Amino acid sequence: MYLKGENISFGYRKDDLILNNVDISLGSGEVLGLVGDSGSGKSTLCKILAGYEKNYQGSVSIDGKKIPSNTYNPVQLIFQHPEKAVNPRWKIKDILNEGHVVSQDVLNSFGIKKSWLDRWPNELSGGELQRFALARALSPETKFLIADEITTMVDAITQVQIWESILDIAERLNIGILVVSHEKNLLKKVCHEVVYLSRINNAGLYNELAFRDMQNASLSGMVPE
Amino acid sequence: MSTSVALNGKGMLRGLNLRQRTILLISLMSLLLMTVLASSLYIDSSSLSTNFDSRNLAPSLEHPFGTDWMGRDMFARTLTGLGLSIMVGAFASAISTFVSVVLGLLSSMGRAADSFVSWLVDLFLSIPHLLLIILISIGLGGGATGVIIGVGLTHWTSLTRVVRAEIKQINTQDYIHISRNFGKSNWWIARKHILPHLVPQFLLGMILVFPHAILHEASVTFLGFGLSPHEPAIGIILSESMRYLAAGYWWLAFFPGMSLLIVVLAVDVIGENLGKIMDPRKAHE
Amino acid sequence: MSVEMAMNNDDREGSEALLKVKDLSLSFFQYTSGLRQTELKIISNMSLEAYSGEVLAVVGSSGSGKSLLAHAILGILPSNSRLSGSMEYKGQSLTPEKKEELRGKEIALIPQSTTYLDPLMKVSEQVMGSSEKKDKEVMRKRQTEIFQRYNLKAAVGRMLPHELSGGMARRVLVSTALMSSAKLIIADEPTPGLDERSLDETLKYFKDMAKKGCAVILITHDIEAALKISDRIAIFYAGTILEEARIEDFRNDGEDLRHPYTRALWNALPQNRFQAIKGHQPMQDELNGGCVYFERCSIRTEHCSKDIPQLKRISGGLVRCNNVS
Repeated sequence: MYLKGENISFGYRKDDLILNNVDISLGSGEVLGLVGDSGSGKSTLCKILAGYEKNYQGSVSIDGKKIPSNTYNPVQLIFQHPEKAVNPRWKIKDILNEGHVVSQDVLNSFGIKKSWLDRWPNELSGGELQRFALARALSPETKFLIADEITTMVDAITQVQIWESILDIAERLNIGILVVSHEKNLLKKVCHEVVYLSRINNAGLYNELAFRDMQNASLSGMVPE
Repeated sequence: MSTSVALNGKGMLRGLNLRQRTILLISLMSLLLMTVLASSLYIDSSSLSTNFDSRNLAPSLEHPFGTDWMGRDMFARTLTGLGLSIMVGAFASAISTFVSVVLGLLSSMGRAADSFVSWLVDLFLSIPHLLLIILISIGLGGGATGVIIGVGLTHWTSLTRVVRAEIKQINTQDYIHISRNFGKSNWWIARKHILPHLVPQFLLGMILVFPHAILHEASVTFLGFGLSPHEPAIGIILSESMRYLAAGYWWLAFFPGMSLLIVVLAVDVIGENLGKIMDPRKAHE
Repeated sequence: MSVEMAMNNDDREGSEALLKVKDLSLSFFQYTSGLRQTELKIISNMSLEAYSGEVLAVVGSSGSGKSLLAHAILGILPSNSRLSGSMEYKGQSLTPEKKEELRGKEIALIPQSTTYLDPLMKVSEQVMGSSEKKDKEVMRKRQTEIFQRYNLKAAVGRMLPHELSGGMARRVLVSTALMSSAKLIIADEPTPGLDERSLDETLKYFKDMAKKGCAVILITHDIEAALKISDRIAIFYAGTILEEARIEDFRNDGEDLRHPYTRALWNALPQNRFQAIKGHQPMQDELNGGCVYFERCSIRTEHCSKDIPQLKRISGGLVRCNNVS
């Protein structure tokens, strides 16, 4: 199963594009890294792939079929700031089970304690909230996960814990993951392959996703220093 | 571990924290309003009857607000009038709030619905308030029903605007997008995500519309388009007293006017303090 | 490199710390249910010293309350907080009045985001601050200079805060601190969301300030960023500092580090072992009077659950643990 974005262009104004003819493809079970400069449109690309942003040119499809709206989206997006991704007036257990009833298996994998479920979001730290945001998005219906800087705000230990859980669950459910991060060392550890999204320069030249096989190569070789 | 503590306690309220003081203030004001309402209902009808032996008496211990040209006790009349005002105000602000809830939620349903709601708000705002109340009131045959519906149907605009802006802001939140991505319908999101955020707004909005409603009821009645002259409404009392002011019977207007002001201020104090408690930035002070 | 460091340390022995924080505790009053207020402890028994010419990093996970340390030093805490312990600046006690006097002049904060700027005031005006009229010309000249140094065009000065891009905003905030000719600079989470180039650039600014003789406190959750420019790193965990280590202690498998948590943190970095320990940082109501790291500690003894270990000096650093020597 492949999630494909083809010829994607996006801009708030016609003459000021953020993305120009970008192609990207993510397979089931694949862990693909995405790096790029600040302002290169990584987050916008994520939003387009997950159906959050609808005003773009080009197409997003899974195995050639358009992704239907108004139903559970098989492409789920996780954000950098989990505190914005939860309704502050909901209890944790309601937040957790909004999309589907999260299995005990997934809860265990994320190290989620029973005692947290009765709390309010503002009583938990960002690292803990991020686990809830992930657990609720990893339903059996989820085929692809877009992770936009999801561990940028947590400490190093929590970062490892979170990634270990995600990779474990993704492998079992055969989920494809797009990992957006500016941290090369992290991408080296968790991704099979990394692509680089360059910024559209002022002259209005094309940008493209450079696909390189990263299997065992070092990342520094391909990202312009 | 929980210890009750006092912060910046001052004067007679020392020992209470800010929230306790606020609640106390709210309760006192509510008690005042309830007392006015209750006593207006149980007032002895004999004190409202005419008594030509005691006409135009200045305020005294027996008649604290004086008597009018027909010898009626002004204190009893004022109390009854205030009770009526509070009831009219409560009904009218309830209607206003209901209309804003419906229109506010409607505006979140889609672009067309949103434009319609803004258009409706603009339309109602473009017609002078008082004129519209009078038109609706007369159209419905006047009387209490006319005034209540008239006032209710004209005071929803500002609250609807607040609600609409609030919904717009909530709609940009990540958790709303996430909910959509879980396949939830607009109606489900409006009910589960948006409505809980709006409850405080509605409650506050209802209380803040209340004084407006009371004052508008009084003015419409004063102008002769509201409640019928035989009902002891504050508006009626004030308009009647106009004729006697020149004769030096100042108490006929002063006490009823003052009482109306106090009631309105009391409601305002309740609204403001409730706002303080509900404001998350000030919530823990 | 290490010789230079050692010399730095020797220099320090003689000199007095610019800022001394001793046994700082901070708690908030919150309404729980209805009308009851409870006290929520955020920082307990925290001590640190900042020296001129040095960058001190305070590293802790986000949302752990370390930003409040900055607010406590500057005296801009909300009114429902309670602060205890002592703070000294240049050997003088930092009273609330003193804080207000020094704030923005000798002590400057580089906040997390532009939301701390006045949204309706032109950038250049904000950077110059509230200076006397006769100094205006001098200040304007300095502002132009600093903007040039940080590659900010003159047009940027005429913009409003919301018109700035992320990178520009960061440089504007740094310029504000430079303009103030502050001696103590506190940077609160200046790095998240920056790509590598902007990150290095930002960190260089802080290093520059330290080189010019300022004391810089870098508050961050990003230990890698801290490692790049700091002289010392204080590890903030569950409201207190578990260890203060020299930068050169962070190497190999972390055998020079004193506290097991610091070692675990070091080994969890993606460029190291990318290995996690179990458990999570305790929430304030989950603490039970013992060592805050007790639940996750690999070298704990029964004694550790009884009371909080004292901060002690070991081989040029500080550590809060009973079982290291």
